[in-house]
Amino acid sequence: MNGWKKSGRGAKARLVGTFDAQEAAVLRGLLDEVRQMLAKREADNPADELAVLTGMRTGPSSRPSDRVLARLLPDFTTEDADLAAGLRSLHEPELIEAKDRAAAEVLGGLPAGGGRVELTPAQGDVWLAALNDVRLALGTALDVNEEMSDDVDPDDPRAAHLGIYHWLTFVQDGLVHARMRV
Amino acid sequence: MAAPLPAPTRQVDPAVTEDVAADVPWQAIVWNDPVNLMSYVTYVLQKLFGYPEPKATALMLDVHHKGKAAVSAGDKDKVEADVAKLHAAGLWATMQRSS
Repeated sequence: MNGWKKSGRGAKARLVGTFDAQEAAVLRGLLDEVRQMLAKREADNPADELAVLTGMRTGPSSRPSDRVLARLLPDFTTEDADLAAGLRSLHEPELIEAKDRAAAEVLGGLPAGGGRVELTPAQGDVWLAALNDVRLALGTALDVNEEMSDDVDPDDPRAAHLGIYHWLTFVQDGLVHARMRV
Repeated sequence: MAAPLPAPTRQVDPAVTEDVAADVPWQAIVWNDPVNLMSYVTYVLQKLFGYPEPKATALMLDVHHKGKAAVSAGDKDKVEADVAKLHAAGLWATMQRSS
């Protein structure tokens, strides 16, 4: 991955990047993990009879205890616990669905063995959201902070994962800038 | 979204049912977060709200330096929908009544 380039103009504008086999495997593995976490959250809250009958799903009203999931699925408000519970229950199913769909779309467009990726601007937006979710999950798990430098201390037990995190930052930031030029 | 409601039949005296809360607009707040990129936050604000780049950048810098910024305002349904979109984009957002 050497960053993203814009090709074409107008309706033919595309965002082009190339992933080698290892990069594709890493990103695909992380996307799979995010999808599994979201699926588990959903499985912990099976649809009840009313939801099946009406097609109106309601999600759980309490925040996930897992802090990575809690970051992916934030509370709607900090001021009013009842309102936060109600809004979570109302919106969480669609939020999980949107995140899962984005991850699945990236998995569908990223060749397993690596290769060239060509995205329409709309696909670029989906990739940005999915890359952001992967970075949120990994960054939360690694306790990243804003003061952290890009140079990873090799003695840090998190070194390997921090390297991946910084690589994902590079991939996402490059895609944002390419997308803004379209 | 909301189901049609039956027409109100009860006569209410406006002088005693001054529902202040319903009139107070809401705000969507974006909070600073160590993961979200400055470039991405700016782009999301442009895309979701149609803000020109200078305005989106100024709001992003407020988030970055002050810890949070109000990025949209309006009635509860609108702001609730805005927060849902911000969550889908991965920003850390909440809603609150304007003070």
